[in-house]
Amino acid sequence: MKHIDSHLHVRGESQYLDDVPPPTEMLHAAVFGSPVAHGNIESLNLEKARAVEGVVAVFSAKDVPGKNVFGPIIQDEELLASSKVNFIGQPVALVVAETPEIARKARGEIEIEVSPLPVVVDPRKAYQNGDFIKEPGTTSMGDVDAAWKDCDHVVEGSCEIGGQEHVYLETHRARALPKEDRCLQIFASTQSPAALQEAAHVLLGLAIHKIEVDVKRLGGGFGGKEDQATQWGVMAGMCALILQKPVELVLNRLEDIQMSGKRHPYSCDFKIGLDSEGKILAYDVSHYQNSGAFADLSTSVLERTVVHSTNGYYIPNVRVMAVPCRTNLPSNTAFRGFGGPQAMFVIESAINKAAEVMGMPAHEIQAKNLLTEGQSFFYGQKVKNCTMTETWNEACETFDFEGLRERVESFNKENFEHKKGFALMPICFGISFTTFHLNQGNSLVHVYQDGSVGVTTGGIEMGQGISTNMASIAARTFGISEERVKVESTNTTRIANMSPSAASATTDLNGNATILAVEQILDGLKEIAAVDLGIEDKGKIQIVDEVVCCDGAKTELTWKDLVMKSYLNRKRLSAHGHYATPGIHFDKATGQGNPFAYHVFGTCLTEVTVDCLRGIYTIDSAKIVHDIGRPINPTVDRGQVEGALAQGLGWMTLEDLQFNDEGRCLSHALSTYKAPDVYFMPDDLVVNFLENSDNKFGPLGTKAVGEPPLMYGIGVFFALRNAMRAFSPQSQLDFNSPLTPERVLMELHKDIQLIPQSREKGVLVES
Amino acid sequence: MAYKTKFILNEKVVETDCPAGMLVLDYLRRQEYMTGTKEGCKEGDCGACTVLVGSLEGESVKYKPVTSCLLPLGEMEGKHLVTVEGLNLAELSPVQKAIVEEGGTQCGFCTPGIVVSMNGLLMDESKAVDLDGIKYALSGHLCRCTGYRSLKNAAALLSDRLEDCLSADDRLSSLVTAEALPQYFMEIPAMLREIAREPVNSGNGAGGSEAEYFIAGGTDLYVQVGEKIPDAQVRILNSLPGLKGISRVNGHYDVGALTTFEEFGDNPDMQEAIPGLGGFMFLIASWQVRNRATLSGNIINASPIGDMTAILLALESELVLREGDNERIVPLKDFYQGYKQMDRQKSEILTKIRIPVPASGAKINFEKVSKRTCLDIASVNSGMLLHLEDGVVGNFQFSLGGVAPIPFLLRETAQFLLGEPLTLEAARKAIEITQAEIAPIDDVRGKADYKRLLAKQLFIAHLTKLCPEKFKVRDFYEAY
Repeated sequence: MKHIDSHLHVRGESQYLDDVPPPTEMLHAAVFGSPVAHGNIESLNLEKARAVEGVVAVFSAKDVPGKNVFGPIIQDEELLASSKVNFIGQPVALVVAETPEIARKARGEIEIEVSPLPVVVDPRKAYQNGDFIKEPGTTSMGDVDAAWKDCDHVVEGSCEIGGQEHVYLETHRARALPKEDRCLQIFASTQSPAALQEAAHVLLGLAIHKIEVDVKRLGGGFGGKEDQATQWGVMAGMCALILQKPVELVLNRLEDIQMSGKRHPYSCDFKIGLDSEGKILAYDVSHYQNSGAFADLSTSVLERTVVHSTNGYYIPNVRVMAVPCRTNLPSNTAFRGFGGPQAMFVIESAINKAAEVMGMPAHEIQAKNLLTEGQSFFYGQKVKNCTMTETWNEACETFDFEGLRERVESFNKENFEHKKGFALMPICFGISFTTFHLNQGNSLVHVYQDGSVGVTTGGIEMGQGISTNMASIAARTFGISEERVKVESTNTTRIANMSPSAASATTDLNGNATILAVEQILDGLKEIAAVDLGIEDKGKIQIVDEVVCCDGAKTELTWKDLVMKSYLNRKRLSAHGHYATPGIHFDKATGQGNPFAYHVFGTCLTEVTVDCLRGIYTIDSAKIVHDIGRPINPTVDRGQVEGALAQGLGWMTLEDLQFNDEGRCLSHALSTYKAPDVYFMPDDLVVNFLENSDNKFGPLGTKAVGEPPLMYGIGVFFALRNAMRAFSPQSQLDFNSPLTPERVLMELHKDIQLIPQSREKGVLVES
Repeated sequence: MAYKTKFILNEKVVETDCPAGMLVLDYLRRQEYMTGTKEGCKEGDCGACTVLVGSLEGESVKYKPVTSCLLPLGEMEGKHLVTVEGLNLAELSPVQKAIVEEGGTQCGFCTPGIVVSMNGLLMDESKAVDLDGIKYALSGHLCRCTGYRSLKNAAALLSDRLEDCLSADDRLSSLVTAEALPQYFMEIPAMLREIAREPVNSGNGAGGSEAEYFIAGGTDLYVQVGEKIPDAQVRILNSLPGLKGISRVNGHYDVGALTTFEEFGDNPDMQEAIPGLGGFMFLIASWQVRNRATLSGNIINASPIGDMTAILLALESELVLREGDNERIVPLKDFYQGYKQMDRQKSEILTKIRIPVPASGAKINFEKVSKRTCLDIASVNSGMLLHLEDGVVGNFQFSLGGVAPIPFLLRETAQFLLGEPLTLEAARKAIEITQAEIAPIDDVRGKADYKRLLAKQLFIAHLTKLCPEKFKVRDFYEAY
């Protein structure tokens, strides 16, 4: 099945929330954000803004009807800052006007005085200041300190890992409508309707059932709308509630980039010990997470970093220290991979550095340490259904890794300023929320008299294909055509207490719930079919291609007739399914347990060419063997792998998120923040799904696919480095990302002084 | 009299009194409630708002994709504006079908713009629908979901399925016949001629010479002050006659100030005068932006990092400035006086750019390094014109952008090399002189040290590209 919305997307007929015709008298809100990154608000003058013609209201913290506090894990954030601001762009006031232009113009009339406090943008500095979101924590296995003496090589280093802007094409937005009896209907571009409801419950002082959140689709989310969509929805809701008018709030791109959090930058130290054969004996890593101003999801992100610290390798002695450090940046948040990518980048850096010191190719060390069935992760879980080595071997064979090595070697011998490089990147990513209670899903399935089917789940369609998957799962479980199934908007009145669409788990949780719902309805249908066909054992009945079969043989009874008969016989044609992932547990205090239902494995081979004169580079190819279990819709699944790869490649290379020392985002627009385009991505992009794989936890045997492939992109960093070392073998290259053309060129030529007065030291030969 | 604009929106003629400076994007979404066209960035960097603009060229209408987020409504006078809705047929069109089949849409937000550009590619007889063609067409689009492989495959499907149309003399009508485009496209030339007979205004916008904003391509202006323009008096410069076109006059080319980047790059005279021009244009902006951005806009914007400016400097271009009947000529190299300061009176209009015909034997190169190769602003860009006569430097023009408050020619470097034999030693010395002539600063496009290094690297790049028989990159790196 193709993406269920694609025929609408290509016609421009899909409705995103502000494409729906506006209700009459709808007003528009604009957000006034703090002009400075840290300070106490001394005064806030809203009068001039209120006086602008067309302005209906201007609100500040004191207008928040309920308790002015929210946060998904730790409630440390205000909807509108009351007395203190902690990052540039932090919402302080809301202007509501007849048009968005008037609202923005009036926003310019707001006067604020802030007495500045010291600004911290570096997590290590925050750490030194003792400013954490949560106390530092350590998780370990074995005895790292004792292991060093058994190692033939001990290598230390550090990494500076850049953040990443989500660049969902559709910026944050929400539209709220007042309803009778102080109820609200909020259309929001959110991955987490329940989080929005819960926050609105406290901030607006309304019972949760009074707040209906509805989401048809998102123009991209990638984690950026998991938690950070909440505030905009509540703000629109607050304005609508107070003014009793529909209110829409749409951030433009500049506002969105300035005000919303991103992937966390990390600063990390590593120490790795190996024997002479390249077997890793010990690994010690410290993660200093740049959490930004408020807690948001940072502690959960960091948890995932910790448990992905060893990627797909078995290491007997491991110690991981992790600390979420508070800085004066927008609160960093979920982004596809959710802390996993940073962890994997560090272990790969450690392996590469060890390889350089030992004079052994990195891929040999990688290959010698791949996880095998039954080995333990340092957090206590034993790996099951492990296909790490299979994907690695298959990638090496299918993509002729040996041939590539030879080809690259001879290319590099023949060329001076152009060098090629390659890297293999294995991934092992755990599936389930590390927060236990989120591992549940709900589905509501209706079968209508005409045989058409409506499915509502807690999953949000953000392009990833959840609706497509739900339609497939419902249709295949019923035994009917996918065209009969409509997937409804995600709505809190139909599904309560939904988990965010995140952690790659949306299809698993909601798909399994859908199967449970369908099975309840099927049970009744089969009863009617058995009576109708005079069959004693309804267990013999199956629906195949919309025809009722008995023991595999087709009968005359069709789906449509069966549904009508069931309705007339007052059988249940609607059901609600609830699914909770079995067998998982995780002790957040000790960092030990069985947090994941299963792991996703795969291997990517990347080849690059670096122009060592200009510092620019091309990605020649990325070739992947990915374990997806049994794919539900290969086109959709492949799209997930390729799209995630693109984001991973971008994160490692050109996506250069920059803040200055005052906490101002310099890469503030799509003109200064560049995401991968059609020329950046390699034409030679291969995705092979590992054959004969299965997964008992996934609906129809599938494996989660949203996040894991992003980490294939990490390979490009090491491929580039590999090429750079061919040009400049003696250079000590940093492990700092992103590896922009600037970094490449500066690293390649870092021993060269260019300031005219010191020209004699230059590499330019003074013959 | 209220200002009006009359044009064809998809299949219908519309006449609107919305402001001339209003963005077509806003007009479509908020006046017409046509929401297929999306706002992603409002600065021409994502392509989600792409539309086709058709203009009468002789008997037929030529269509060009442009970003409606940088397009003033006043510019639509007498044009055909095509949105994604205007490309819809009863069934999915071949472009739409190919995208669906290949999985080239996920969240869908960027998709309408991509559909529009892909149709623009099909309709443009000068473009092949192959891998290079699709990349050209998508150069101004961001898709954050797919990784583009599926879109590239969609183009391959199209190329197979529409083979006959694509090889036809008149692609547009054969696409209509093949039901790849709506039937109404055949009526458009006659409808546009009808509008041209009875224009509702001069098309200049509400403001005359006292307008607050003079809009040429608008691709920089709207990025800078986009929120102010709709309410302001504007003058749409493209409606002024005689400012387009390229002609050879005596020893130079006269390039109309409103010549777009794309027109410049496609011009056979320019291609002859500047070998490799296509490759240089590839590094500049995107298809949509090049269809709007003008040479004069690039010059008057006075960005320290203007790409066309860097090329024009190396070509020893001169500017023709006009005020009423008075005309004066200023060499481009003397035009910039400081950051965004120019030798130009506010009432003077840049009408022509004069490019001397390069002497035979003169070689020209353009270099640009940016974070992303395409549709990105340079960290450093540079043009070089080199004319060696018997191994001696006869003419040498070396421009650099991004290393000073203005784009400029390196005079001392040139002075040193002029009349000298171009040896490795001289080249090395020239690099040192260059370093003393530049004063880069740290910004989001790179640290000052990086730009210094790039100035050197690009000098080497120029020399090794222009004189491969004389210089190899390796010659400059013996220390390794």
